Amino acid sequence: MPQSFAGLVEDDQDNGLFRVNRRAFIDPAVMEEEKRTVFGQSWLYVGHESELPEPGSFVRREVAWRPVIMVRDEAGTVRILFDTCPHRGNTVCKEAAGKTKRFQCFYHGWTFNTRGELISVPDSAGYGPGFDKKNFPLATPPRVETYRGLVFMSLKADIVDLVTYFGRAKEYLDLILNHSEDVEIVPGQQSYSMRANWKLLVENSIDGYHAMMTHERYFIDYMEDLGGSSKDWESIVAPIPGNTGIELDSGHAVIENPIGKLPMSANAAQHLGKVRAELEAKFGREYTERMVGFSRNLFIFPNLIFVQNFRTVRTFYPASPDYLKVNAWALLPKGEPAAIRRLRHDNFISFLGPGGFGTPDDVEALENCQRGFAVREMEWSDISRGMKRPPTSSDEIQMRAFWRRWYQCLYPSYAPQMERPVPAQVAAVPNRRAA
Amino acid sequence: MHDINREVIETFLYREADLLDRWQLNEWLTLFTRDAYYQVPPLDARELPPEQALYLVDDNYERLNSRIKQLLKGNAHAESPVSRTRRAVTNVMFALQPNGEVQVRANFIIHRVRRELLDVYMGRYDHILVQTDGKLQFRMRKAVLDLEALRPQGKVSIII
Ligand code: FES
Ligand SMILES: [Fe+2]
Repeated sequence: MPQSFAGLVEDDQDNGLFRVNRRAFIDPAVMEEEKRTVFGQSWLYVGHESELPEPGSFVRREVAWRPVIMVRDEAGTVRILFDTCPHRGNTVCKEAAGKTKRFQCFYHGWTFNTRGELISVPDSAGYGPGFDKKNFPLATPPRVETYRGLVFMSLKADIVDLVTYFGRAKEYLDLILNHSEDVEIVPGQQSYSMRANWKLLVENSIDGYHAMMTHERYFIDYMEDLGGSSKDWESIVAPIPGNTGIELDSGHAVIENPIGKLPMSANAAQHLGKVRAELEAKFGREYTERMVGFSRNLFIFPNLIFVQNFRTVRTFYPASPDYLKVNAWALLPKGEPAAIRRLRHDNFISFLGPGGFGTPDDVEALENCQRGFAVREMEWSDISRGMKRPPTSSDEIQMRAFWRRWYQCLYPSYAPQMERPVPAQVAAVPNRRAA
Repeated sequence: MHDINREVIETFLYREADLLDRWQLNEWLTLFTRDAYYQVPPLDARELPPEQALYLVDDNYERLNSRIKQLLKGNAHAESPVSRTRRAVTNVMFALQPNGEVQVRANFIIHRVRRELLDVYMGRYDHILVQTDGKLQFRMRKAVLDLEALRPQGKVSIII
């Protein structure tokens, strides 16, 4: 009954007020509907082609609660196979990653090739003439597409193609991917959890407002310890040119701000200078400045985040309304010297991930939000910030972009209105690092 | 120079665990040489070096020093107020190297309690100790977790 989800979001653009009913974070019925609509009707990130270096390479993943195998078949094509035996259910992939010619279900021994076709059945004499192995391949998602090495699947057969789905987000994804021609997912997946609703992590991933407050220990203490200035990242919160929150199509959103110092800015300066010169030769000065002169977090609806500063790819799912599982990876340039690679790792893990100076405090904040949601007397969360000014990354337009699309998924008769046309300077002027 | 024997190594490890459980982090930091590392390898690539895999923690002395200051300052919100921890260090093995370093392996189990939630961290220590001015110090303090994912722990906000 879609009707029962009416009223979870209130969008009053005339008065600059936007709020979300906290039932959205705690009601199991909401989560069941999210599985069907939000996750069931979107493109979902599975992995990166670089994780499958050779024919037969595979990784096991969980995507939308389903065990899947991402595998490069004998011919080199990347495929997604659902990991459940068509016989009676067992998963056929025992290892988390590896290389194989076939997947044998150990339960009764049915065996599949890397295209998912059933190639042998023990004691096949036991089956009658109507039994044809051709009719028992591993199932596959209705849609699989790849964009620049990023592999996505969708459970919705008639979903628009991936690039159409990205819409204007493609431009920002390219700004991130264009940093390096040849990239790879580095070993070392960050697999962690939060005792919090998954939508809190959507908000948190594109939330400049919390940065200097929650992450003072990183943006002030650690920056000072690195010999930098505590003012270095004020560009996140100051309403200066280039500090922008942007509502893209279909729930996607991006935040950008003039980049401050990162742990690797100083100790890899020479290398980064060389990289920049190469980018300028390829893309020109203006586009390069737009690429590297900004910090940028890109959100692809419903659950995919790119954090450009750290080259992070991060995705997450709810296990229950109050518990989410995150997986994150570093997508780094291939072929750089080992010392530079380690600096890039340092750069990433100093802030992001279970042992960083950033993420654990986000976990703490989000888990406390979830605790707070037990107070049913406090019915609403306010997400109005920046509705009446040109939005910055420390405003909340990017979250409203998510919530509008999310609400439309749960309550299809809602017709979301985008907040305002994109300010002209965002689309037209690459170099917004005005003095 | 002390003789390196089981009692010396175990006393060092037990004292270290006690300092951590009591959050005496400044004193704990004096157990490190200036070229030391505190490392937690990734859960799915535990044997790869930090140039080849994204570690959970790969602190040189400077970053470790910053970590300790943050943890004591009160703005490391995941540990403010600090959690209660209790560490058990067992199965200690060590080998004296020709260059004077001591390789130490030991098992650890850490229970962490905060806001009525209990998290368990278990694994193996893979340390390198050296003697400086007659006292033992870490040149490498590596905690290799047995967990397959930090679920439900969610974080490594304490020193493990
Ligand atoms: S369940 Fe796979 S062979 Fe029987
Ligand atoms: Fe954060």
